[in-house]
Amino acid sequence: MTPVPTSPGGTVRSRVRGGPTVPYPRARPRRAAAWTPWLYLAPALVVLGALLVYPVGQLGLISLLEYTQAQVSGGEPTSFRGIGNYAELFSDAQFWQVLLATVGFAAACVVSTLAVGCALAVLLTRVRAVPRLALMLAALGAWATPAVTGSTVWLLLFDPDFGPVNRVLGLGDHSWTYGRYSAFFLVLLEVVWCSFPFVMVTVYAGIRAVPSEVLEAAALDGASQWRIWRSVLAPMLRPILVVVTIQSIIWDFKVFTQIYVMTGGGGIAGQNLVLNVYAYQKAFAASEYSLGSAIGVVMLVILLAITLVYLRLLRGQGEEL
Amino acid sequence: MNATGFRRRPRRPRRLAAEASALVIAAVVAFPLYWMVLSAVRPAGEIESAEPRPWTLAPTLDSFRRVLGQQEFGRYFLNSLVVACTVVIASALIAFLAATAVTRFRFRFRTTLLIMFLIAQMVPVEALTIPLFFLMRDAGQLNTLGALILPHIAFSLPFAIWMLRGFVKAVPESLEEAAQLDGASRSRFLWQILFPLVLPGLVATSVFSFISTWNDFLFAKSFIISDTSRSTLPMALLVFFKPEEPDWGGVMAASTVMTIPVLVFFVLVQRRLVSGLGGAVKE
Repeated sequence: MTPVPTSPGGTVRSRVRGGPTVPYPRARPRRAAAWTPWLYLAPALVVLGALLVYPVGQLGLISLLEYTQAQVSGGEPTSFRGIGNYAELFSDAQFWQVLLATVGFAAACVVSTLAVGCALAVLLTRVRAVPRLALMLAALGAWATPAVTGSTVWLLLFDPDFGPVNRVLGLGDHSWTYGRYSAFFLVLLEVVWCSFPFVMVTVYAGIRAVPSEVLEAAALDGASQWRIWRSVLAPMLRPILVVVTIQSIIWDFKVFTQIYVMTGGGGIAGQNLVLNVYAYQKAFAASEYSLGSAIGVVMLVILLAITLVYLRLLRGQGEEL
Repeated sequence: MNATGFRRRPRRPRRLAAEASALVIAAVVAFPLYWMVLSAVRPAGEIESAEPRPWTLAPTLDSFRRVLGQQEFGRYFLNSLVVACTVVIASALIAFLAATAVTRFRFRFRTTLLIMFLIAQMVPVEALTIPLFFLMRDAGQLNTLGALILPHIAFSLPFAIWMLRGFVKAVPESLEEAAQLDGASRSRFLWQILFPLVLPGLVATSVFSFISTWNDFLFAKSFIISDTSRSTLPMALLVFFKPEEPDWGGVMAASTVMTIPVLVFFVLVQRRLVSGLGGAVKE
């Protein structure tokens, strides 16, 4: 009598009823130690509780307080502001501008990363060992490069005075970080460069798991490369594509280091701020801890909404959690 | 094999075009890294030349000397290494136990927990810098390596658990029953049978925790505020990176030093990473 997986709301998609995954001989020893899973989970739950759940709660709390340098140093008592911080934030035109920039920038990063990663994954399956190894190694190198170093290297490449890119393109001393969009574009290039390898390697691993007869049959039927991708590979790789898409959205929505280093903390007059950097600047540069926390809460809410979509997509595929 | 299957097809020019473009793209992708190393070994005057050449005729280690001679650079390096290794090992062990719990057992709140782990993954680390700062201050952990290690363990756990799930699931349950029949205790099964089998997955996950910890510069910047002897590498790098007049040679040499351990780590786990990612997504 193995306990049937239940959960509030009956959200569990239990395995195929009567399937081989619930073998009866296991039942007795397992039931004897109902606390065993909790023992295994204890370290994880303690760490996550103390350093993730508790801070999230604190974040929400601080966002409702009046909390600036004066309160931190003890000069003034902390006072409750309710939704005052949010009201201040939402009436600030810069916040909306930063929010818009964040969404647009993240969307551009995700689309470019996925396009490049998938295209190169397909390319990897079409070439022999040596070019494949070369591309794989180059991608792993880009993947391994720390964000801080990647950012400085790309800055040097596009440096108006000493960079090779301007020389090759004949742009003279055109500054890439001066204009708002060209600065965003430069950061986008770096982000795509260091994040496409994850997509490429994962999708490549997925394509290799597709039976080669399927692809050969499609090729014999005269399907073009694009057609094969759209009608055969993409549907078969859907679960993988969902995973890499969501991961990319999460990562790109939270880009911090690249913006911070490449645009010098948010660009001229904050033109290149994204939410993450904006929250940091508000909190640590301007000592407006409660406003920074309120921005953090807004980010959290947006990412939670994305998570729910993700869960729905996984459910839609009938995948068991 | 895949490659020979394609070879037999009479599509030579096409394949050659694909291979040529693969090589060109590989060169483009690798170019920033090449330029980084090149700039690090260039003599001082050459970096600041208006006609940058993609080679150097007088390679020198001057920039590296300047970086390594910077006071306490070795200590920064060591600090980074200690933090990253502690986080990798601790989070791998904790995640392994947790992943075992949620895949090998059926209990109340199992699904709820899984969803919580997934949601925890989405929490923007940077947003939590503010409450974590106060938490560390109250716990007297500011300016210690613990202030870097603990949050990084917490932030790498959810993803690690989520990824390891697939690996633990892939180990047939019959193996556990056989071990039980042979009289192996649960902890013996856990550490001597399950752990080695899940190791490739652990390696794949540890790549992520290693990179995010090694690369972190927000926590280092926020929690190590006065005691610079506890700083980590990214902070050391930014010493050379002054917005108005960056010492490009120094920055690139420091970047090279900082990138090498990650590259070594990657090369070591490369094969396991590819199969690991494949395993995680196939399930």
